[in-house]
Amino acid sequence: MASVGIGGSDGTVAVRGNRRPVARYGLRFVALGYLLVLLAAPVAMVFYRAFQHGLGPIWSALTTGEARSAIEVTLIVAISAVVLNTIFGVGTALLLVRRRFPGRHLLDVLVDIPQAVSPIVVGLALILVYGKFGFFGSWIERNGIKIIFSLPGMVLATAFVSLPLVVRSVAPVLAELGDEQEQAARTLGASSWQTFRRITLPSIRDALAYGIVLSLARSLGEYGAVTVVSGHVIGKTLTLTLFIDERLQNFDEPAAYSAAVLLAIIAMGSLLISRRFRARSRSVV
Amino acid sequence: MSLPPNSALDDVSGPGVLARSASPISDSAVPSWWAQRSGKNSRGGTSLGLGLVTLYLSFLVLIPLGAVVWKSQSNGWSAFWRQVTTPEAWDALKLTLTISVGVALFNLVMGTVIAWVLVRDDFPGKAVVELFIDLPFALPTIVAGVVLLSLYGPRSPAHVNIAFTRTAITVALLFVTLPFVVRTVQPVLIELDRDMEAAAASLGASPFLIARRIILPNLVPAMLTGTGLAFARAIGEFGSVSLLSGNLPFRTEVSAVNIYNQIQSDNPVGAAAQSTVLLVVAFVVLFALDRLKRWGVHRG
Repeated sequence: MASVGIGGSDGTVAVRGNRRPVARYGLRFVALGYLLVLLAAPVAMVFYRAFQHGLGPIWSALTTGEARSAIEVTLIVAISAVVLNTIFGVGTALLLVRRRFPGRHLLDVLVDIPQAVSPIVVGLALILVYGKFGFFGSWIERNGIKIIFSLPGMVLATAFVSLPLVVRSVAPVLAELGDEQEQAARTLGASSWQTFRRITLPSIRDALAYGIVLSLARSLGEYGAVTVVSGHVIGKTLTLTLFIDERLQNFDEPAAYSAAVLLAIIAMGSLLISRRFRARSRSVV
Repeated sequence: MSLPPNSALDDVSGPGVLARSASPISDSAVPSWWAQRSGKNSRGGTSLGLGLVTLYLSFLVLIPLGAVVWKSQSNGWSAFWRQVTTPEAWDALKLTLTISVGVALFNLVMGTVIAWVLVRDDFPGKAVVELFIDLPFALPTIVAGVVLLSLYGPRSPAHVNIAFTRTAITVALLFVTLPFVVRTVQPVLIELDRDMEAAAASLGASPFLIARRIILPNLVPAMLTGTGLAFARAIGEFGSVSLLSGNLPFRTEVSAVNIYNQIQSDNPVGAAAQSTVLLVVAFVVLFALDRLKRWGVHRG
């Protein structure tokens, strides 16, 4: 951390700031004006549109059979993806931080790749491997499994895009904790699993919660990758984001706005919750 | 222990995964793996765990991405090139790259200004702005599209209808990439030693000179990192753009939408070719950012 000034450095800047109020208010005006036009006003507008006739229309728009199924599918897909990412994310983080093996740097790079891939490319990539004419397509079909245009493919797509979140939340905390306590537990005769459950897991709890919240938020809202592999079967493979798109195509704006507001509220909630967990995970270390 | 509890950083760093592209592994640790190999690491648990993780990542990420590149080359290099340069695909690619560069550069300026105001200025409601600056990261992209459509679409109460224009693509990309530069510059600005500025001021430097000679050089690596990340995100964006742009071929069709259309019209080779180009561009940018980071480390 940068050293804090001997004192008075804040004052100096403030004095200088006061001497140049034009620059200061100018910058503030530009920054806040930009945020208002780009972010605050549109978000406020969508809430206004959704709530302008009260809660009733939203409730009825979100309780139709199609909407209920979309909510259900969204939850199934997102939770499955988050479970996968949590298990493999913690495992990957442990390997990256605690172990030395050939190719570790490669694994480290691999984890970040999904951030650089367009969601549409993710969908295409999965089709090319697991689709009817893909690498494993004929084998998959022979065994009567359906991946693309069904839930497993949507889970894969969602897990792909949210892959780095748990790893990158947990790994820094693991690294800062060090492994003295884990080694102490081992010398006292604890098994690997006991050490993990009693020592490691409690100390990464908040960081893991942070990663899971980020993962869940990302998974609930994934659109591009899922739209390619879902097949858009209403009542079967339509998630909430796809439902929004489908309703807009059918000029049913109230339903689209209701679902959009539901997802926006979830996003805002996840921002608040994740911030708490992040602060707590930092303060543990 | 790098961060005291309740440090200012806890309040400013958002969902840091994208902004914090730094790996948890220090590079200096890498050469030592041979030396440590025969130690605690030969435990059976490591091999099993490593095997499972490798298997998972291979089937989820490596093999599928490999399949995209392989598919794009399945009819040879010249066929690949023909697919990339069909009029529609080529226009989409040019449009995507041009707008993304513009959006990234605009972010460079606005993101730095916003970060500056958040760190050095104080005004009522700052905490709320702090919190919601990350909203574009948390908001699903299709919701971002709906949000922009509600104010700037055909039924705009402000009578600003940008739907189905290139402006709409630009605005959508500005929305989804908003936090990148802010969140990379902000922590650096907080840690910047203000004594240097005070010293320069006491020696008679004007605020403009201080900004140019002292503040800006310290911020440049972070500014470039944020800009690069915003660019990489912009070229692949789909949800918000597809909703707002109308996807008119040759006019408002971006690469991601073009790929989607090629998948729908059963041209996987063309879709894979365009995807490969996007992948290469994104990887080049990320590689350059990695270099930049190392350069910054060596320099500092």
